[in-house]
Amino acid sequence: MSVSHIAPAGTAAPPPAAGTAPRAIVEVRNVTKTYAGGVEALSGISLEFPEGRLTTLLGPSGCGKTTLLKIIAGLIPASGGQVLVDGREVKGPGQERSFVFQDFALMPWASVLRNVAFGLELRGVARSEREAVAERHIARVGLKGFEHKYPHELSGGMRQRVGLARALAVDSKVVMMDEPFSAVDEQTRRKFQEELLELVAKEGKTFLFVTHSIEEAVYVSDRIVLLSRRPSRVSAIIEPKIVRGDDPEKIRRDSAYLDAVEDIWQQLKRYLD
Amino acid sequence: MVIAGYQLPMMAALIVWAVLWEIVGHTEAGFILPPLSAIIVRVFEIVPTPSFGEALLITGRAFFSGNAIAILVGIPLGILMGRSVIADRLLLPWVNLFLSAPLSALVPVIMVIFGLGETTIILTVVLFAMWIIVLNTRAGVKAISPSLVEMARSFGANEWQAFTRIYIWAALPEILAGIRLGVIRAVKGVIIGQLLVSVVGFGTLFEVYQSHFLMEHFWALLLVLFAFAFILNELMARLEKHFGYFAASR
Amino acid sequence: MQTTDVAPTVAALPSVREASRLRDILIHPLVLRIVSFAAVLGLWEYAGRIPLSAAFPTFLETLVGLRDIAADGSLGKAFLITLKPLLIGLSVSVVLGVGLGVLMGLHRPSEWLIAPIFIIAQAAPLAALIPVLTFAYGIGLTAKVLTVCIMAMPVIVLNTLGAVRNTPQSLLEMARSFLASRSQSIRHVILPSASPMIFSGLRLGSAAAFIGVILAELLITPTGIGDIISYNQSVADYPKMYAAILSIIVFAVLFIELLERIEVSLFRPEKRP
Repeated sequence: MSVSHIAPAGTAAPPPAAGTAPRAIVEVRNVTKTYAGGVEALSGISLEFPEGRLTTLLGPSGCGKTTLLKIIAGLIPASGGQVLVDGREVKGPGQERSFVFQDFALMPWASVLRNVAFGLELRGVARSEREAVAERHIARVGLKGFEHKYPHELSGGMRQRVGLARALAVDSKVVMMDEPFSAVDEQTRRKFQEELLELVAKEGKTFLFVTHSIEEAVYVSDRIVLLSRRPSRVSAIIEPKIVRGDDPEKIRRDSAYLDAVEDIWQQLKRYLD
Repeated sequence: MVIAGYQLPMMAALIVWAVLWEIVGHTEAGFILPPLSAIIVRVFEIVPTPSFGEALLITGRAFFSGNAIAILVGIPLGILMGRSVIADRLLLPWVNLFLSAPLSALVPVIMVIFGLGETTIILTVVLFAMWIIVLNTRAGVKAISPSLVEMARSFGANEWQAFTRIYIWAALPEILAGIRLGVIRAVKGVIIGQLLVSVVGFGTLFEVYQSHFLMEHFWALLLVLFAFAFILNELMARLEKHFGYFAASR
Repeated sequence: MQTTDVAPTVAALPSVREASRLRDILIHPLVLRIVSFAAVLGLWEYAGRIPLSAAFPTFLETLVGLRDIAADGSLGKAFLITLKPLLIGLSVSVVLGVGLGVLMGLHRPSEWLIAPIFIIAQAAPLAALIPVLTFAYGIGLTAKVLTVCIMAMPVIVLNTLGAVRNTPQSLLEMARSFLASRSQSIRHVILPSASPMIFSGLRLGSAAAFIGVILAELLITPTGIGDIISYNQSVADYPKMYAAILSIIVFAVLFIELLERIEVSLFRPEKRP
């Protein structure tokens, strides 16, 4: 794994345009979702996701955070309201968005290389070209040498790296991650979180992240959206003022980090039975 | 399928096919495939006859004894194979062999040894039904979570208790699935046996109807048999769901 | 098993180790397989010598019978005759069965219309249709081919339908998120994902096809292997009758084993050694 050191990027200095507030690249306007059985999952959610930042949707399990993410991705239709990405209304999946799945969603019959190149293959990019791009991203997530392995030969953590490389390979502006680290072990998870910080700092992409882990949310996010229990509403938006120095380990001991975790826990506690 | 917001039941399509059958039955093909209505009339005619009752009794008897033997031998054999590596390696090749072998070729062997009687039919049923029960039971026992067995041991369960309280229950969903598949194979076995022996049960009726070109009678018999088989299959599936309710949650 | 080179401190240890090595050899899969086959064939030989029944030749007598029918060329000819309806019927069933299954899997109305027929056919004793087929098509090749088809097709159709229908939801969403068109989803995700299960349907279909072709040869008119079986049964030449049965069973089992090998090498990277 190549962990080069990240340039210090404080919350006051967002990547795209330092000083000015970043524009909202994703706008969610009064989105509701009622499932066929009459279950109301989302109840009038309005949100903005600033460009170049990592925003996390956090909430109790079953609160509809994945539903919201998939509505933004265009994978499931909203019952009401609209979603704008880059000013255009979402009618379905689009080239400017890519998705990282909770269960990895790797094709078991295809090699790592083919899995990563899949998005480009669907776009009709020539084989040599798409494989070159895929190889670069495979190396980027630290899987150099595994190009011709099959998913079943990889560990859970490595599989999710493939899923991440696949999402990055199409070079979309917005990367959505649905509990991407929930199926990997704790050590791998921590490593992933550190790498994610590096990725956000370097790529200048917008990341939408879903998790049910408070620590994970505070650790990786510029902005945390707390969702209430079903039918889900936005109950708070928190911007942890953590100074991200060059040592990712330091963050976990930072008092701003610990305060934010405690604060969110106090707010979420009331949703527990 | 949904039409105008209304969910059409799956099997409603059979009405379409029944109408088609009726129409075809009134064409020249009616010689081979008589109209469904005529066949249904014939069903009510032949079902009350003593020859049908007798055939049903003999077939039912062979079917149930065959299944009983297959289950009583198959389940213990499967459990043995699931628990003992040696037994597994000794027996598995044969179970797999009988599972994919053309069993219809073995019926003549049973015929020459046991004669043209009920025994042959029963053994044919066993031959068709048993192997899938063995294989499923074996798979079920092998899939038992070791921690479940360790849990029982940690509470001081002995070998017998572990067997009756854990193994049987934990493997039950697979065992039931095996029995269902076995019963379906047994239906095919009992008919194949009777077709080949042809002097027992429905075999006699098949022979009589066929040799006298009584196509309506023949189709009526087929209709009754297919309906029986289908209902049996549904009942077994229901039973499996009822007793294997925890299968999906493991 | 213990195989390390620890110096024996107890006198009994070497013999314990030897015993365990002996046990290792005894439970080796290959050894047990040989033991298993030897035991069953020995039992056959013994039961034939008692004799169990006048109609039960010993294994060795059966081998002599096999040599006789193989030497005079009748076995080879019979196989060619039997394989003809088998292979024609199986090919028709595969093409039609997989086609119908895929159609139903992708198109709900066709499933509604066609699936019930095959669900009933799967449960019903279709062998009882053989007399009708004979009646309609005479005693020639057609009736035998159709017998093979009605036996083999239901399982192929239903397996294919199930395989297409059971494509993992997350893979379908993944393809959509990368903007796959309907036909791309079918070609790149649904069909590859369904292939292993379709192929196991073919295996089950082949086993049923063998049952069907032998049944047809015994019931319609004695030809091929069925002819050797019924002729020798009627003249009480049991060794030859058993030899023919043994040869077709071994052939069928090897044929299905071959299909399984093909399945593994084509579609199941996780099972390759």
